[in-house]
Amino acid sequence: MTKINSKIPNGPVSEKWLNYKAGCKLVNPSNKRKLDIIVVGTGLAGASAAASLSELGYKVKAFCYQDSPRRAHSIAAQGGINAAKNYQNDGDSVYRLFYDTVKGGDYRAREANVYRLAEVSNNIIDQCVAQGVPFARDYGGLLDNRSFGGAQVSRTFYARGQTGQQLLLGAYSALSRQVALGGVELFTRRDMLDVVLVDGKARGIIVRNLKTGEIEKHSAHAVVLATGGYGNVFYLSTNAMGSNISPAWQAYKKGAFFGNPCFTQIHPTCIPVHGTYQSKLTLMSESLRNDGRIWVPKNMEAVEKIRKKEINAQDIPEEERDYYLERRYPAFGNLVPRDVASRAAKERCDAGYGVNQEGLAVYLDFKDAINRLGKDVVEARYGNLFQMYEKIVDENPYQTPMMIYPAVHYTMGGVWVDYELMTSIPGLYCLGEANFSDHGANRLGASALMQGLADGYFVLPYTIGNYLASEIHTPRFKTDMPEFEKAAQDVNNRINTLMEIKGTQTVDSLHKKLGHIMWEYCGMARNEEGLKLGIKKIQDLKAEFWKDVKIPETTDIFNQELEKANRVADFIELGELMMRDALNRKESCGGHFREESQTEDGEAKRNDADFAYVAAWEYKGENAEPELHKEDLKFEVVELVTRNYK
Amino acid sequence: MNLTLKIWRQKDSKTKGNFETYQINDISPDCSFLEMLDQLNEKLISEQKDPVAFSRGDCGVSFDHDCREGICGMCGMFINGRAHGPDLGVTTCQLHMRKFKDGDTIVVEPWRAKPFPIIKDLVVDRTAFDKIIQAGGYVSVNTGGVPDANAIPVPKNRADEAMDAAACIGCGACVATCKNASAMLFVAAKVSQLALLPQGAVEAKERAIKMVRKMDELGFGNCTNTGACEVECPKEVSISHIARLNREFFLSVLSS
Amino acid sequence: MSNFLNSSIGKKLIMSISGLFLIAFLLVHLTINLLTLAGPETFNAAAHFMGTNIVMKIMEPMLALGFLVHIVYSLILYAQNLAARPVRYKVINQAETSSWASRNMVFLGIVILAFLGIHLVNYFYKIKFTNDVTSEYHLVVGLFTTEYWYYIAIYVIGAIFLGLHLYHAFQSAFQTLGLNNSKWRARWNAIGLIYSLVIALGFSFIPLYFLISELV
Repeated sequence: MTKINSKIPNGPVSEKWLNYKAGCKLVNPSNKRKLDIIVVGTGLAGASAAASLSELGYKVKAFCYQDSPRRAHSIAAQGGINAAKNYQNDGDSVYRLFYDTVKGGDYRAREANVYRLAEVSNNIIDQCVAQGVPFARDYGGLLDNRSFGGAQVSRTFYARGQTGQQLLLGAYSALSRQVALGGVELFTRRDMLDVVLVDGKARGIIVRNLKTGEIEKHSAHAVVLATGGYGNVFYLSTNAMGSNISPAWQAYKKGAFFGNPCFTQIHPTCIPVHGTYQSKLTLMSESLRNDGRIWVPKNMEAVEKIRKKEINAQDIPEEERDYYLERRYPAFGNLVPRDVASRAAKERCDAGYGVNQEGLAVYLDFKDAINRLGKDVVEARYGNLFQMYEKIVDENPYQTPMMIYPAVHYTMGGVWVDYELMTSIPGLYCLGEANFSDHGANRLGASALMQGLADGYFVLPYTIGNYLASEIHTPRFKTDMPEFEKAAQDVNNRINTLMEIKGTQTVDSLHKKLGHIMWEYCGMARNEEGLKLGIKKIQDLKAEFWKDVKIPETTDIFNQELEKANRVADFIELGELMMRDALNRKESCGGHFREESQTEDGEAKRNDADFAYVAAWEYKGENAEPELHKEDLKFEVVELVTRNYK
Repeated sequence: MNLTLKIWRQKDSKTKGNFETYQINDISPDCSFLEMLDQLNEKLISEQKDPVAFSRGDCGVSFDHDCREGICGMCGMFINGRAHGPDLGVTTCQLHMRKFKDGDTIVVEPWRAKPFPIIKDLVVDRTAFDKIIQAGGYVSVNTGGVPDANAIPVPKNRADEAMDAAACIGCGACVATCKNASAMLFVAAKVSQLALLPQGAVEAKERAIKMVRKMDELGFGNCTNTGACEVECPKEVSISHIARLNREFFLSVLSS
Repeated sequence: MSNFLNSSIGKKLIMSISGLFLIAFLLVHLTINLLTLAGPETFNAAAHFMGTNIVMKIMEPMLALGFLVHIVYSLILYAQNLAARPVRYKVINQAETSSWASRNMVFLGIVILAFLGIHLVNYFYKIKFTNDVTSEYHLVVGLFTTEYWYYIAIYVIGAIFLGLHLYHAFQSAFQTLGLNNSKWRARWNAIGLIYSLVIALGFSFIPLYFLISELV
């Protein structure tokens, strides 16, 4: 436990960040020019950090695997971004945003970090407006807000259904400006395959140029990972196809602890899987649950007839429908939080009431809303979502109820970081979804964008100075040092090993197998027996992968199968760690549901006495078990209570 | 569905490319175009037994894709003579096979434009777009030290119009479909968005000149107002924004 | 300024302004020509006025310059546009995304240029460089007879191609000038359609009128 130092500043929670800023070390402008920082990932966190650091005068190298920084998966966020502006005069404040986030995270987040997040949230909105982000406005010309799950106030700012896209374009434009000014050097189509440590400090990275296949070495005084989440470990998720764990995983293998890997968020309203060929799941906005009612048929005959397409959903009379959320949670009904709604859908489908061919779908019905509000109102509210649904499923949701099913959406777990966002490797930082810090065991809607930008614009630029102030005497590195040579050699060896396997199974087919194992044993509900079996299965899959994967072509060209293979190899190892973490956490909290830890009526049961800690895992070698370090969570302000939605 | 695919194959930017014909059977009409290509690749890779052909790359077709929900702008191919295929208002990843008929022959080509060199098969290099944005597609503000978000009211209709322009995802369909390979719609979307907002209006003049100059330098063609770009744009960005770009451009030249 | 004229939008501005100048000229031309319907005296008087008027003396070289600029810049733009796509698509299906005229402005322009050549030989050359013409009216009408049926065909076809060219040119000119938005778009389209119909029908009407009068 001695290895964990979260460096939380002293003082009351509302003064910690002020105190920190007052006391942290600064770097003089003429020295900033001599310091290099590598930023990996150009999503909200990465792009905002790279731009802000360059504005301060540091020399930044920014990397992404896409062809342009603008394509990072932050773009996919639809709903909005939270901030404690209280423009609506409805009682919001920094404290409330902080409180809602800690509570929404089921009390598994670090208070000090969350308070800081709430504090800087307002600056984010100011910053984005100044950059020309076209937020929705009211007729008076001022910013509009909408409400979102888990909050009783309207604090969500939005830009049509494209909030993530617009915020990222804001950060991307700031980044582009710095590229033009010469402060940022941009490296696109690069996969980071290793982090280089010199004397225990992060000093550079090894990347593969995806266009040419060349292995490149890059050095810097500090390395920042802003590489997103790892939902793709499940194969099917709402993540982009290229989203991957590899940079964070290499950091883990070099000594950075991995925090709470089992905390994954399953979003309740996605379009169900519709065939074995499916590559990706599409999210339908959570806002649909404001007016839609979720149900399955009460009796099995109806279910079977629906599957055989003998009857349609609308033929089932009202009294034969089971509105199971309204039945189980009369107080919140269809508006229970994401994790609760997802588990309830799984419970019904496991009991055999799923309404599509695969038995993995429930209805989201707008019949009552249309009768009550009229089709026009429903269309005005949800028209674009209905249209999107129809494009994909080819059914008209105004007539036939939508079919939905939960899908992996966000990962709260990630690289462990201290208050300064530094990992357990000095000089290596981790921001945004890639770190574990702010969302505990469950993230609230519209908080991911907030966290990414808070880390990049307003936290890291301060905290990294505190470290770099003592690096001003370190001259620029050359990459011909033995540490770089060795890391590059290791990467080359691994790639060559992969290429030499010449097995029989494609990367995708192995990735699908991994996804099945993860979903089966480490999905919405987990139990000891299943997790133990899952770990075994993953170990077998790992052996199978390294024996039988089939990668075509050569290493020295654009080779998408090789890219995928590199990523899947890391996902397999991560999967095992997730299962170990899930096995260790014998409580149910947020997105993590252990079947052994539930109340009599099947609700999640948290265990604060034994598990109010962050599980930080340390890599111990290829075949050794990782070591668990516990960072105890001290709640100085918020009182721990059980969430109740009945 | 059973389909015949004629797909452009090209090893790298220097090698000459050619069309290859593939047969693919039992495709579900409910799957997306990219999922259909996934299945083709799965088949090509697992069936390719000849080690020479295998290492030479006569198997999987390379294509760009990422979010697969129509927002990242990474995917894009010319399908049967149309950018992003026959459907309107969608990217390639949102195009579904039900838009085709059993037995169809589908011709798939990469975006073709001088500033978009081919990297491999259907993958093109669109860094030209980044360079245009770097030339001026931003508001010159540093992090911090900005006024309160509500300090400057913006009329709702202007904010909405700015959002219409900002919806551009930079996929390059406008360039691909334009008979002149012009990037005017892309440039106009950014210039128009920022010119409409008071925050961006400060630099509106220099921005228009710089971005247009960069666009010309990179070798994009000239707009002849055919309007094809707005029809194929997956985000339906209107050519009215091109008119605004022209206006901004003339005004800035006149006043400089 | 030279930077400006070399930019793509600058070159298009030149196309747009020279085009609008030609658009205005065509209206004047059509008005004068329609005077043939009023008989020889009126038309000859008008032709004489146009030939001797000081304004027209100045406008004549301007017009030639307008044509020349319009043609030269269109060729420059065309060459650049070709260069912007060195490898063409194998299959291209533009019918659903843009009008035929908008995609074939250069082709239409070349046809119109050829027509213009014939037209200049028929009239301009004879009036300006020979002494054979005593009555412009008879020169015009003399060509539109059954004996010269092919001239009638050429003039009617020329007018139709001109109309097609103008249909896209009109709205395009205003779009390029930046005088367009979502509201004005439909208006420019409508005005452009009316204008191009007037030009195409007006210029076709004259030869057909004289042909029919001869036949009836």
